[in-house]
Amino acid sequence: MTGFPLPCDPAAEAGYLDPPARVGFFTDTSICIGCKACEVACKEWNGVPTSGLELLGMSYDNTGSLGADTWRHVAFIEQKVPAQSAAGQDSVRWLMSSDVCKHCTHAACLDVCPTGSLLRTEFGTVVVQDDICNGCGACIPACPYGVIDQRHGSDGGKNVGLAQKCTLCYDRLGAGLEPACATACPTDSIQFGPLDELRQRAGDRVRTLHAAGVTDARLYGEDPGDGVGGTGSVFLLLDAPEVYGLPPDPVCATRDLGAMWKRAGVAGLAMAAVVVAAFARSAR
Amino acid sequence: MTDQEEADASGSYYGRPIIKAPVWKHDITAYLFTGGLAAGSSLLAAGADLTGRPALRRGCRLTSLAALSASAAFLIHDLGRPSRFANMLRVFKPTSPMSMGTWILTAYGPLAGLAAVTELAGALPNGRLRGSGPATGRVAGLGAAALAPALATYTAVLLADTAVPAWHQAHRHLPFVFAGSALASGAGAALLVTPTSQTGPALHLAVAGTALELAAIHVLEHRLGLQSQAYRAPGPARLLRLSRGLGLAGVAAGIAGRRSRALSTLAGAALLAGSVCTRFGVYQAGLVSAADPAFTVLPQRKRLEASGEGG
Repeated sequence: MTGFPLPCDPAAEAGYLDPPARVGFFTDTSICIGCKACEVACKEWNGVPTSGLELLGMSYDNTGSLGADTWRHVAFIEQKVPAQSAAGQDSVRWLMSSDVCKHCTHAACLDVCPTGSLLRTEFGTVVVQDDICNGCGACIPACPYGVIDQRHGSDGGKNVGLAQKCTLCYDRLGAGLEPACATACPTDSIQFGPLDELRQRAGDRVRTLHAAGVTDARLYGEDPGDGVGGTGSVFLLLDAPEVYGLPPDPVCATRDLGAMWKRAGVAGLAMAAVVVAAFARSAR
Repeated sequence: MTDQEEADASGSYYGRPIIKAPVWKHDITAYLFTGGLAAGSSLLAAGADLTGRPALRRGCRLTSLAALSASAAFLIHDLGRPSRFANMLRVFKPTSPMSMGTWILTAYGPLAGLAAVTELAGALPNGRLRGSGPATGRVAGLGAAALAPALATYTAVLLADTAVPAWHQAHRHLPFVFAGSALASGAGAALLVTPTSQTGPALHLAVAGTALELAAIHVLEHRLGLQSQAYRAPGPARLLRLSRGLGLAGVAAGIAGRRSRALSTLAGAALLAGSVCTRFGVYQAGLVSAADPAFTVLPQRKRLEASGEGG
């Protein structure tokens, strides 16, 4: 159904000979405490400018969403839990989740980039080359998760006008370090490592939670058969993806690109035919 | 509380958008129009050249040059870093509609430009230039016309190859909207600048182009399920209604005014304005569908439920 061949090692597909193991994140939201250390560590390490001090008035989340100046975003969801018995009281549960770029196996942002600025690294991750990007904006609506965005700010500010997103700390990976967010996470809600290992760990964790009665627990992005070929950032969620602001069944738009070019070709031929007919009808 | 209602409809995070809306400024929407106008004009110019209608040929070639110049200006101005425009030429990438569009324009531009310049050179007193002009103009003009359909329709792929639901779900139909709109605008410009003795083909093209454009818009508005609601939302609906009214008025005025300069001018202006409204209407529908998470979440959830994975 995906139209993408399975399985896919994105680094090998991008032409790397003998690439290192694909790496990624496993974000286990069941142990996230919403401290936002990941948001801060990310900004500090990567020199991401402040996104301003805005009170959104919806929860403890005053960051709102991922964007050019937010590469880790902690979502807070407050849910009412109905009382178990007539005598009991309604209670509240908090869901917290640190969102990040998914580093898709089939990344629409990378596919549509017309300058080659967006690049598949040897680790299988997706990064923007700041010295190449010309801010055309093609990648921004292409992302099915709403991750990448154009940086705004005064002219001459760092990377203003360019597309920006999580690099999975490409510079740290090269030096054998973990990404800043995973390093800073105090509960190990954010785990970094080879993706195969993380997927296994995520599967183990969801089985443990199910056995403990947490039947809501589910994995997100771990399926290589999904619309983006599986993600490099795997999540364990405690509710439906959309509750966290994640699309329930994301699709890499370029999956349908062949069909789109064909339709455009047919429409183009129709144009030519109509013009020929218009002149034929006006023959003098 | 519309935020709350939206959140309820999609069950999404505080009703916030799931995807990012395009950051393209009005330049790109305007370019959808000028690119189509250039393409439509080049096709008409080639036909006029081959069928011996010099006034029509001349008007259309000059129109395509003007539209092409505007297109280049819009495209460069829209960039976050206009000075890095040339980075578009680093790669040739079929998976990137914008890359393909860049190369289409790069091939089309000089040809359409050369065809137009031969018209101007023909006005020079220099006999030698005048002599080689028509042949050069024909070759360049036919080359431009061969690329014109690609120029007019790739922009539909540019919009459809995104996560914007109202565009992506319309990927089978958008190329026809843009093809019709390009023909109608090219015909409109021809009616505007050509003496009525040579506008016959342009008039036929205006009728056919407008019919194609309006039929395809009708499909967007009614056959895309939930996504059609984006095209029928107040902002886009007003523009698409205007596009329909202007298109029909343009065709009617064109037919009624076959021998009237004034009516033909009016018809041409209406067709051009109609095409502008089509582009802005389609663009705005995309923005509507990007802003409201329901357009993203509901069809995806339905898809999961249909495949038995939803919970």
